Amino acid sequence: MNWLLDLTPDEWNAVRLSIKVATVAMIASLPPGILLALLLARGRFWGKTLLNGLVHLPLILPPVVTGYLLLLTFGRRGPAGAFLAEHFGIVFSFRWTGAALACGVMGFPLMVRAIRLSIEAVDRRIEAAAGTLGANPLWVFATITLPLILPGLIAGAILSFAKAMGEFGATITFVSNIPNETQTLPSAIYTFTQVPGGDEGALRLTLISIAISMVALIASEVLARRVGRRMDIE
Amino acid sequence: MTLSVDIHHLLGEFALEARFESAGRLTALFGPSGSGKSTLINLIAGLIRPDKGRISVDGRVLVDTAARIFVPMHKRRIGMVFQDARLFPHMSVAGNLRYGRWFTPASERYAKMDAVVDLLGIGHLLDRRPAKLSGGEKQRVAIGRALLASPKLLLMDEPLASLDEARKAEILPYIERLRDETKIPIVYVGHSVAEVARLASDVVVLSQGKVAASGATEAIMQRLDLLPAEERGEGGAVLDTKVLRHDEAFGMTVLASQAGEIRVPKLARAAGAPVRIRIRARDVMIAVERPAGLSALNILAGTIDSMKPGEGPEVEIGIDCHGAAVVARITEQSRQALGLKLGSQVFAVIKTVSFDRANTGAGLPAEADV
Repeated sequence: MNWLLDLTPDEWNAVRLSIKVATVAMIASLPPGILLALLLARGRFWGKTLLNGLVHLPLILPPVVTGYLLLLTFGRRGPAGAFLAEHFGIVFSFRWTGAALACGVMGFPLMVRAIRLSIEAVDRRIEAAAGTLGANPLWVFATITLPLILPGLIAGAILSFAKAMGEFGATITFVSNIPNETQTLPSAIYTFTQVPGGDEGALRLTLISIAISMVALIASEVLARRVGRRMDIE
Repeated sequence: MTLSVDIHHLLGEFALEARFESAGRLTALFGPSGSGKSTLINLIAGLIRPDKGRISVDGRVLVDTAARIFVPMHKRRIGMVFQDARLFPHMSVAGNLRYGRWFTPASERYAKMDAVVDLLGIGHLLDRRPAKLSGGEKQRVAIGRALLASPKLLLMDEPLASLDEARKAEILPYIERLRDETKIPIVYVGHSVAEVARLASDVVVLSQGKVAASGATEAIMQRLDLLPAEERGEGGAVLDTKVLRHDEAFGMTVLASQAGEIRVPKLARAAGAPVRIRIRARDVMIAVERPAGLSALNILAGTIDSMKPGEGPEVEIGIDCHGAAVVARITEQSRQALGLKLGSQVFAVIKTVSFDRANTGAGLPAEADV
């Protein structure tokens, strides 16, 4: 057991960084994820199929392609990257924030899908009932829709988190593999496998990676079940 | 309250063209399924927008397509009770009941939690989740939820349709209390004569998207031709009576009506309590002289004031019994054999046992009497 927890500072940093990146990616994806899920579930507009395709793109494209596109757009010289750096001081390239962006983008389709399904399952007649009681559409969303889609929201968030924990291709392409800055768990494991005698470190980090993923999964199960029981939907 | 509706709405092939005004305590929109009553009530609630037309309540315009006015449903202050309760599954009964209060300006909140909970007998349910309620309980909570938003008008869209007979009998008295003890005007969608005759003060009859007739319940219920075919046998006179006394020995209640005393099977009502009864036209016999040696207990004297041919061999005879209108449905053969004509003095004969729970007000369940 000791050898498992006896991590070098760099290894610890990779674990911490991965959790930070995955958490930020998940939380930052939630608002746009809910918005897009709403739009796709309920909106009726021209170009909906196109938008749906765009959202799902990271799922289909090779991660390297997604990472490269991110580099082109959000890199220092990319249009979005230059704008954000100049006006808001937000820099993505070769920073952990860039890793979070790459992970967020890669997990986005999974999150939107889970939330969209739960929105489509909401009985709109119950929302109409809230409307007749005086709640405007925003209140209806906050007090009826949101609580009713909570299980789907949790599922979507966990999927996004899990995807971020495992994301490798887009991250390494976009922000490279810099220890203490952009070296997440998968990148660190990859580095270990590239050097002689790195097997032990790779195995350690692999086991830690499995443990974190399992804990996240079990936590989401427990949470979803508790929410489900509280609601007791017929 | 005056509800004024004049709308034109297309739903696929179906055209709803309704125009009526009603100022009743409880106005029933009545007609067979597919006649457009639910669409009409959804238009009043603001759940759908009419293609053309105008709806106003007490002069307040809710929708007027010509003037480009459409008040969204959350600003209408119109309560709605749906056929399928539609309680919020993630809130307790108490949470459901309190929901509308949040959105009602404090100065306009007239409904009191305790009073409504008492009125509907739902005090013991407050901590429960909707999933743990029976169909009748859900519907009572849904009524309470709508009331506690302090609406200016209450709409009920076939609130009894999804319930079995026993549950219906459980809810009906509460709706009667609502009508008699609160000041909120009610618009009620129904398709059963028994329900409408018992509850409504006014009836708007819809048929294939058009208003076939509207007016006071007593007048409409006698127009057997207006009733849906499968319900025609249920049509007849509606009389408002009072409990005169109970005949304990024979298990009967004697009611006082304009037409005279009427004996019905014993009702769980105190002396002096108002009771609305319906006398089905098919249950009424006509005699030209006061019958003797007859088992029927109710014999009402009156004058024939209308005669209309009915279906097949039938004829509908309207009898004015000292101001109360009674309708009898008899065969044309009998009419000719008795020589009945307008102005004939006759006796309407009704068996006591022809009255049942569906056409006399059954008493409130014991729990609500406390």
